[in-house]
Amino acid sequence: MQPYELTISEARKLLDQKQISSVELTRAVLARIDSVDPKLNAFLTVSEESALADAEAADRAITAGTSKLLTGIPLAVKDVICTEGIRTTCASKILENFVPPYSATVIEKLKSQNAVLVGKTNMDEFAMGSSNEHSAFGAARNPWDLSRIPGGSSGGSAAAVAADMCLGALGSDTGGSIRQPASHCGVVGLKPTYGRVSRFGLVAFASSLDQIGPLAKSVEDSAVLLNALAGHDRKDSTSVPEPVPDYPAAITPDLGGVTLGLPKEYLQAEGTDPEVGRAVAGAIQTLEGLGARCVEVSLPMTEYVVAAYYVIAPCEASSNLARYDGVKYGARANDAEDLMDMYRKTRSRGFGPEVQRRIIIGTYSLSAGYYDAYYGKASQVRTRIMEDFRQAFTACDALVCPVAPTPAFPIGEKTDDPLTMYLSDIFTLSANLAGIPGLSVPCGFSTEGLPIGLQVLAPYFKEETLIRVAGSFEQTTEFHKKRPRI
Amino acid sequence: MKITHDEVRYVADLARLDLDEAAVDKFAGQIGEILLYIDKLNEVDTDGVDPTSHAIFLTNAFREDELVEPLDTDRALANAPEQENGCFVVPKIIP
Repeated sequence: MQPYELTISEARKLLDQKQISSVELTRAVLARIDSVDPKLNAFLTVSEESALADAEAADRAITAGTSKLLTGIPLAVKDVICTEGIRTTCASKILENFVPPYSATVIEKLKSQNAVLVGKTNMDEFAMGSSNEHSAFGAARNPWDLSRIPGGSSGGSAAAVAADMCLGALGSDTGGSIRQPASHCGVVGLKPTYGRVSRFGLVAFASSLDQIGPLAKSVEDSAVLLNALAGHDRKDSTSVPEPVPDYPAAITPDLGGVTLGLPKEYLQAEGTDPEVGRAVAGAIQTLEGLGARCVEVSLPMTEYVVAAYYVIAPCEASSNLARYDGVKYGARANDAEDLMDMYRKTRSRGFGPEVQRRIIIGTYSLSAGYYDAYYGKASQVRTRIMEDFRQAFTACDALVCPVAPTPAFPIGEKTDDPLTMYLSDIFTLSANLAGIPGLSVPCGFSTEGLPIGLQVLAPYFKEETLIRVAGSFEQTTEFHKKRPRI
Repeated sequence: MKITHDEVRYVADLARLDLDEAAVDKFAGQIGEILLYIDKLNEVDTDGVDPTSHAIFLTNAFREDELVEPLDTDRALANAPEQENGCFVVPKIIP
């Protein structure tokens, strides 16, 4: 076994027993990136020098006996999270040379544990997309099949974890951007409850939906990462002062006493690939075998989720992205005649087509005469979507369903058909609109060998339930152990 | 057509985006299709339903007003496309 193949928990033991140093582990991971990333394009920046400095500091902490759960562990971070001194591009030309003057709170938290940051991962520009094809620096590729998308928008982070180019990674999830690429790349991805993790230093896409979370090789690792990330932050007034439980301790051998809801609208959705349906049905049987009781539940607003999301998210995006004006940071067009011309040229050249499309949809939906019909209406439908979940959770502890209707699709298949691309987000968007936590855990493979994920959704701040259900499932299955040959 | 070429141009102008004719044409088609799909929302009965703009119930988040070290001027200006005397430089605004 190569060091880069280790899970976080396995590496922790070896590091603490001094069987490997963080510098050795980090060098192995960096060499792995060198050898496979040219095929995958999962990294936008590899921070070799600072990673080795982080690793040396970690080794000193281990020697001093002050090591924590992530000390010396090489991690990757989606390039939408600010890292002081390390370029943060959001996969956009407008931020191509942006070096943040401060780090996000989640980065400070990782640094306080002496974790090692090996680099910044590829994504859809400003996290807008489900395929990674909207990166200004070329799409990341799926390690299981290089002709296919890794998913998005945290596709680089998912590909990096799946291809052993880091032991774990951070992503952000606004409409499925952690869970869907995790599903497509065969890793675990967890979107926490809105407010569970500080968004300070996360470049804003849709502020009422965005949430940072982990991608990892196992449920236990994702729980370890969540423990490090979660908690109230005075710098993010939307973070919630709820106590942070010991997430890894939530994993139990069986699921006795757990009731799982099967949302019929998700499980009977038209357009779901039969192989996805079979894998999810098999997973439900396994969960029942572990002692969970399954009941059918209904989420009647399901057919309106995509429409509501693709009003609300672009509205918030159009407002958030107004800040890119070529004045304080980011690129500026230098051939402008006046201020207005400078704004227009800067933004038109700096933003890619999907970002411009969403800015236009958002600006239109918020403009005079349309606000009530679009943003107002979508915000009311959002309330009804939340009510659906509230109702469903009166009958069960968690919901299980697919993450995505199909396994990873070929690069280029949906690039010019944004509506079809949006519709593929059907199973993930509702958790963001409602603010509840969700997780994707590997639950099967298609006949072509592509990973399929099972989604677990839980009530507010019940990440422990996600971890318990998925952790128990993982312990009795082998899907997460299979790795792609690159 | 759900959104006309003129409307796309008007909205792009509000958003400070320059679109060439090919982009206007493409966006009008794609965004028109998306807006048509979004019309589904009108099927939902939302009479008397309060809108949600924030998923978690939080009211004002108060904290102690403590002095902390702010970002210093040099670092705040470090990413500016153009700066002078501790200020951001912008194209001339008053003719």
